[in-house]
Amino acid sequence: MITTTGVLDESRRASLTALARRIRKHIVNLAAHSAGAHVGGSMSAVEILTVLYFDGVLTVNPDDPEMEGRDYFIFSKGHCSAALYSVLAERGFLPMEELQTYKQMGSRLAGHPSKDIPGVELATGSLGHGLPVAVGLAIAGKHDHAAYRVFVLVGDGECQEGTTWEAAMAAAHYGLGNLTVIVDRNGIQEDGPTEEVMALEPFAQKWRSFGWAVEEVDGHDLASLHQVLHGVPFQYGRPSVILAHTLKGHGISFAENTNKWHYGKLSPEQKRLALEEIESGAGSPLS
Amino acid sequence: MSAFTTAAAPGSREWLAEIGGCAVSACRRAQLDLARVDERVFSLEGDLGDFGGDDFRAAYPDRFIDVGIAEANLVGIAAGLAFRGNVPFVNTFATFALMRACEQVRLDVCYHNANVKIAGTFAGIAAGASGPTHQSVEDLAVARCLPNMVVLAPADALDAYQATVSAALHNGPVYLRLGLEPTPAVYAEPHSFEIGRGRMLAQGRHVGIVAAGLSSVANALAASRRLRPLGILATVVDMPSIKPIDDELLVRVARETGLVVTVEEHSVLGGLGGAVAEVLGERCPVPLHRVGIADEYCGVVGPYLSQLQRCGLDADGIAATVQMALKMRGGDAWCYESQASES
Repeated sequence: MITTTGVLDESRRASLTALARRIRKHIVNLAAHSAGAHVGGSMSAVEILTVLYFDGVLTVNPDDPEMEGRDYFIFSKGHCSAALYSVLAERGFLPMEELQTYKQMGSRLAGHPSKDIPGVELATGSLGHGLPVAVGLAIAGKHDHAAYRVFVLVGDGECQEGTTWEAAMAAAHYGLGNLTVIVDRNGIQEDGPTEEVMALEPFAQKWRSFGWAVEEVDGHDLASLHQVLHGVPFQYGRPSVILAHTLKGHGISFAENTNKWHYGKLSPEQKRLALEEIESGAGSPLS
Repeated sequence: MSAFTTAAAPGSREWLAEIGGCAVSACRRAQLDLARVDERVFSLEGDLGDFGGDDFRAAYPDRFIDVGIAEANLVGIAAGLAFRGNVPFVNTFATFALMRACEQVRLDVCYHNANVKIAGTFAGIAAGASGPTHQSVEDLAVARCLPNMVVLAPADALDAYQATVSAALHNGPVYLRLGLEPTPAVYAEPHSFEIGRGRMLAQGRHVGIVAAGLSSVANALAASRRLRPLGILATVVDMPSIKPIDDELLVRVARETGLVVTVEEHSVLGGLGGAVAEVLGERCPVPLHRVGIADEYCGVVGPYLSQLQRCGLDADGIAATVQMALKMRGGDAWCYESQASES
């Protein structure tokens, strides 16, 4: 059912790959030069954010963040602010040098995005808040026959919050074809693997049974993300959800696939190693 | 609930007959009237639309949203609608909106200063027969401590109509404290409802009774009438704007009377009594007595009026507290004064 807008061409793929690499390096720097950052979930979301912001998916304007007609992007997994700030800086919403103020005294770049940051539609951090608000925005858009769309990035562990399913029910009930959820399905939450802490599977089936159109992709494969994110809505009059299969900590070998780097501060040595690995091409598609 | 068959003017005889002294019906009617002139007004429900939402549903089905039994989602959706310039009214029981969905109210609405109005019904102990799950004696305390939130407790049905209109005109979150039970009228004529302003309903030099909300203001007035033959002259203030509160009026009453009694159908902790204590403690300390619900859950089932009586919130109970407060302060000034004026 996906209406594709063609495959990602080679030159764009190369530029997006380079960009994703830069974003990973920003995250490493933020985690090394602050009290710490949510490294694992930031790294797993890099390609998703790259395609959303730099591949023409989101209609946004860094010169006029509240531009009428913009798409709404809600970054519901707010703890992974290091990834969001890095992307906002690369996209021109924030001065690049402001990244250095991450979590510093007086900075607006808190550990969880506040409402005062250009490009941030909703302050998040307390999980399970993004989707209900997104449903409200989508209902308003449908009511006004507005062209804007609403995208929400949620963590997989976040989907244990009951509001996710209250809102999922409402989105299907109101036929919100203008709403897309991307789940960063890295499989690991703070206390361990999601399936051990509180099982989400059969995950796709859950969303489907709630009335959503579901697609699953390799969440580190830019070409797949390009295709799927340009293909929404998957079905007319239905909300879309993309289960993006990712690797927690992707791109830093010692932080990969573990809850130990859900949050942490990188030592100078760890920072050097991480930057080296990223430079040498780590963070490629899973498949 | 009542179906509105006429377009009677608020405050008119026909209007009052339709509303039947019910504050939530008045608020619903105001939402409907507002929706007529302002296409940004939405009415939202959490499966309690039959408590007066049916007329809105019939008139503006595309601006009537029932999310089912999911209050956290209800408040989140309201915030999303408000971000697009709409004026959503969240209609549900006070306790569900402010306690079950407290974090959505805090973050999605108050932190973002979203233009959401929360119409909390069944506030206080009006739900006495339904039991403690449905009573709401903590709502003022919860709503009051949230930055950006305006907290309004209208005194009767007509006041609830005016408060709803003022809430819609205010840009930012507002909590409206409402009840389902018919309550006595305090105001006979429509009046302007000003956020941040109290109203002096009676003037006397011995004690200042500051009341807020349905039943409480009417009963405070009734209590002041019972005290007069005893020589006790009471100032009675209706303080519908719990936040922002009318500091100047409170200080004036404290200065003129030297003794203040607060009356509210709410916990004695954190509501009107707490707010008045904060203002007077800083600006004009005088003895203060709080009539309200004790710091405990109500385990007694019973009809509304019996519950008010049990909690000392009826006219006799308020009058008794005032007399006790005067005795505790001592001096018997009011006794000598009344004897002197009689001789």
